[in-house]
Amino acid sequence: MPLVRGGAEIANDCIFVPDGGALPQSGRFSVSFGRYLSLKQGRENGPLPDGIRLAPADDPAQLEPFLPEIALIEVDFPRYTDGRGFSQAQLLRRRYGYSGEIRAVGHVLRDQIFYMHRSGIDAYETRRAGLFEVLEALAEFTEAYQPAVSGPAAIFRKRDGA
Amino acid sequence: MYRYDQFDARIVRERVAQFRGQVARRLSGELLEDEFKPLRLQNGVYLQLHAYMLRIAIPYGQLSPVQLRRLAEIARDYDRGFGHFTTRQNIQFNWVALKDIPDVLEKLAEVEMHAIQTSGNCIRNTTTDHFAGAAQDEVLDPRAWCEIIRQWSTFHPEFAFLPRKFKIAVTAAEHDRAAIRVHDVGLHIRRKDGQVGFEVHVGGGQGRTPHIAALVNPFVPEAQILDYLEAIMRVYNRYGRRDNKYKARIKILVSELGEAEYIRQVEEEFAAQRPGEKINLPASEVARIHAYFAPPDLAPKPAVSKTLEAAKAADPAFARWTRVNLHPHKVAGFVTVTVSLKPIGAAPGDATGTQMDVVADLAEKYGYGDIRVSHAQNLILPHVALDDLPAVYAALDAAGLGAANESRITDMIVCPGLDYCNLANARSIPVALAVQKVFADPAYEEDIGKLHINVSGCINACGHHHVGHIGILGVDKKGEEFYQILLGGRADEKAALGEIVGPGLKADDVPAAIHRVVEFYRAERASPAEKFIDTLERLGHQRFQEALYAAG
Repeated sequence: MPLVRGGAEIANDCIFVPDGGALPQSGRFSVSFGRYLSLKQGRENGPLPDGIRLAPADDPAQLEPFLPEIALIEVDFPRYTDGRGFSQAQLLRRRYGYSGEIRAVGHVLRDQIFYMHRSGIDAYETRRAGLFEVLEALAEFTEAYQPAVSGPAAIFRKRDGA
Repeated sequence: MYRYDQFDARIVRERVAQFRGQVARRLSGELLEDEFKPLRLQNGVYLQLHAYMLRIAIPYGQLSPVQLRRLAEIARDYDRGFGHFTTRQNIQFNWVALKDIPDVLEKLAEVEMHAIQTSGNCIRNTTTDHFAGAAQDEVLDPRAWCEIIRQWSTFHPEFAFLPRKFKIAVTAAEHDRAAIRVHDVGLHIRRKDGQVGFEVHVGGGQGRTPHIAALVNPFVPEAQILDYLEAIMRVYNRYGRRDNKYKARIKILVSELGEAEYIRQVEEEFAAQRPGEKINLPASEVARIHAYFAPPDLAPKPAVSKTLEAAKAADPAFARWTRVNLHPHKVAGFVTVTVSLKPIGAAPGDATGTQMDVVADLAEKYGYGDIRVSHAQNLILPHVALDDLPAVYAALDAAGLGAANESRITDMIVCPGLDYCNLANARSIPVALAVQKVFADPAYEEDIGKLHINVSGCINACGHHHVGHIGILGVDKKGEEFYQILLGGRADEKAALGEIVGPGLKADDVPAAIHRVVEFYRAERASPAEKFIDTLERLGHQRFQEALYAAG
């Protein structure tokens, strides 16, 4: 599946290890938040992961203490209709100040990428959309009414400055 | 009214281009129907029984003559000559071809209109009092705040994939004509100690599990209302149910958590917002938008118009129309006119392109260019001088728009029903028309007074049967249509849900049963001034129920 980040299609070097799966001895990997806590708190022995995969019901507030040491957060969209990941990304960026990578995984549709970008997601593991489609989707709107994490500044600020 | 600046215009143009691409990808097969569905829905395109249906947004129900003429043109060029005004102050076209929809959207964009977020699990068109800006009992014109909410909610990146659709209604008047207590969020604008703020109601709704909204906060100052709405939306987006479509509306979240716990969660989320999360809409922007809704320059006139009185004396039908279809205006010598889209025998809320043109012309000539759509599916001319009423009525009557039945028994809210909709279990329009026939004598109807009958063809309640003084609900029992009757619902500031009175009736028996209930009311009312709903409240449902079933 294509992975697009920073305006380029890149190789996905991070594998997700499901709960109960064997942790790799080398290479980058991510685990669920629950498993991360087990590893972190010593209930399970093993290397700490590079990334955490958030399920839609996970609460970003509980991640806050660990954010400085996490390089990658994968926000899972198991179905495109499940929009909880947009709130998770907004909270991570705007309330908890997370500055690492937030990657959308799961059922990521081209036509959601603009909203994802504005919510603070900066990497997209898509099913079918490649680099061209992702860049096209990101450029579809040059204006936005609301303040958000990234993308165009809110129109009311531009009006105020005009 | 609000006019687009270069920013609004660009967003709508970019949306049309985006949807044109999406339609092309769907038609080429690149997008699967399942993937296309949320995209077309957020552009108001439904797949109905016979064809695609296009729902066009009419923000807070306001139209200019130019916009209404454009809708008339679309009705003629892309539909079968008519459109259907909805209970959410929008308009629907039932026969538009998918391939034509990008062109239709482009024509709408030319007149500052769109179909954005008229469907899908997102924040829908914000609705308001159809007399806004003209009503005597409002503390300020609510349309400016509706426009602010429209902009805030348009393409909100966080709230485009909610558990379910989300509807916001705003009123600024004591008498609630916007049915705010049966909306996901109902806002009542109030003034307190010289400050403007919002009384916030959450979790109202109709459908299969109707709820009256909970009062969540009695006064949120205007500077904080968008942040407060963000808190409401985020709690809903995160915790609203997604496992069952029928339990996904915010009313279920509020009722499952309990009002107190729900309020605690919203207040907690609101309090947790950090300074960088606040919207901080500049006062200059609020003032800029308010300025668009400055009232027209109406010089007060004598409270009695000789022209009007003479015309009334000459034409009893006109005199009746002036008694029934007018509403008092802020400015002396002016009134607000309801143009009824409920003539006897026609589908409620439908208007032909020709009729739309007539109303547009009248608005231009006599109505300061202002037209509204009411949630009761009528059109409104908010500002008309008393002297001009004879000319307005003559033109309306000639176009088949002269029915004198505003808020009367034949002014029913009716969903499209089984004739159009693939959710419906029963027909609703034919039943409504059969009931209308019983009360078709205008003198008889006027004597009955204000009485709302609402008709839905299934439990999804698009015809608002829960909040009709008399509600009619079509159900399917083993392949046969039956109609349950509800009594005692109301959508105003005393909002209440109607109660089903007993076993369902066959379609043919409905008109006579309603007639018996109305006759019982006429016999029992304390005076002709006592409304049906008040007599019902005074006497209780039991005797009305007996009258309903007293077939003989």
